[in-house]
Amino acid sequence: MKIVSLDPRVTRSNIDENTQEGVLHEKEHFQTYEVFEQKKRGTHHIHAGSVHAPSADLALVFAKEQYSRRGQCVNLWVVKTADIAATDYDDADIFETTSSKLYREPDAYKVMDRINAFKERQKSN
Amino acid sequence: MEFTDKHVQGLKDLLYKMADDLLILGHRNSEWTGLGPILEEDIAFSSMAQDKVGQSLAIYEILNQLGESDPDTVAFTRNANQFHCSKLVELPIGEYDFSLVRHFFYDHADAIRFEMLATTVVEPLQMVAKKFKGEIKYHTMHADVWMKQLAEGSDESKMRIQNAINETFALALGMFEPSDFEAELQEAGIFDGEFVLREKWLNKVVPLLESFGYSVPDATTTIPEFGGRKGQHTEYLQPLLDEMTEVFAIDPGADW
Repeated sequence: MKIVSLDPRVTRSNIDENTQEGVLHEKEHFQTYEVFEQKKRGTHHIHAGSVHAPSADLALVFAKEQYSRRGQCVNLWVVKTADIAATDYDDADIFETTSSKLYREPDAYKVMDRINAFKERQKSN
Repeated sequence: MEFTDKHVQGLKDLLYKMADDLLILGHRNSEWTGLGPILEEDIAFSSMAQDKVGQSLAIYEILNQLGESDPDTVAFTRNANQFHCSKLVELPIGEYDFSLVRHFFYDHADAIRFEMLATTVVEPLQMVAKKFKGEIKYHTMHADVWMKQLAEGSDESKMRIQNAINETFALALGMFEPSDFEAELQEAGIFDGEFVLREKWLNKVVPLLESFGYSVPDATTTIPEFGGRKGQHTEYLQPLLDEMTEVFAIDPGADW
């Protein structure tokens, strides 16, 4: 059987389904790193995206060009995507809440961010 | 001190070789756009190629202030024998190993040259040197990380870079071809000269490559590929210029 693809160039190439050509083995492809950028000293690093790279050093070099090109960045972090622990989407119901306990939610922090930003603006005016 | 005609000539010669190196290598490296080994590297390499063209513009602008033609005319209407770039930068991109090693050798020389020019008496040049410090630092960082990565990669990756180092070294030494104005540039406080630059460069790149596990040919017995600074080029420069100026030549007076 030949490979039939949505990409006509692939179909035209008449590639056997069982081909071993082009199969990537371990270490033949790069892992991904998640990139976090800090816009100003003292602020949080914020997730910007991911890059393919063979090492953390190169991931940082690539991340600089992919995500922080136009200034406004003072620091970058990269973390192997595989090293990130995540919750399961099946457990998404743990985030559900009832309106009666909204007062216990950490929304106050968001308000503080806004208040602080307002104070900064007042100062700089 | 007052500049004599010789000082100005020497300064222009210095600026032309810097700008021409940047323009030609910028153009060469941009040929990798869309063909880079992976998307991330493609973007990084293309972006650095653009930086180089931008840096060349800044230096052509200084030349313009010194009475030379405007940057577009200077960049797009000269023939190969009027260019002062080194032979290193005009060679075709070859395989990625060659392009990376050229990038490593060239960018360290460029970084040190600009570092030396940070204290030049020529104020606009001093400002340019400071303005591009961060950009150039990233270029050398990118080159260093790749050299290290490929030394630690596979036997093939290390061998390819080692071969490229061996083949490129004489060309790289050709960057430091002395001009006819070395003494004038030094006495006027414009630039400490190609010899000082070459020594600083060797002290930087040789230990660095050796620390990654490569060997570097002996600089004292390697015959540098000179000629580029005096307008003697390889057969590869004129076709590059023909391609680079193709659109400009259709309508030189066009408003962009």
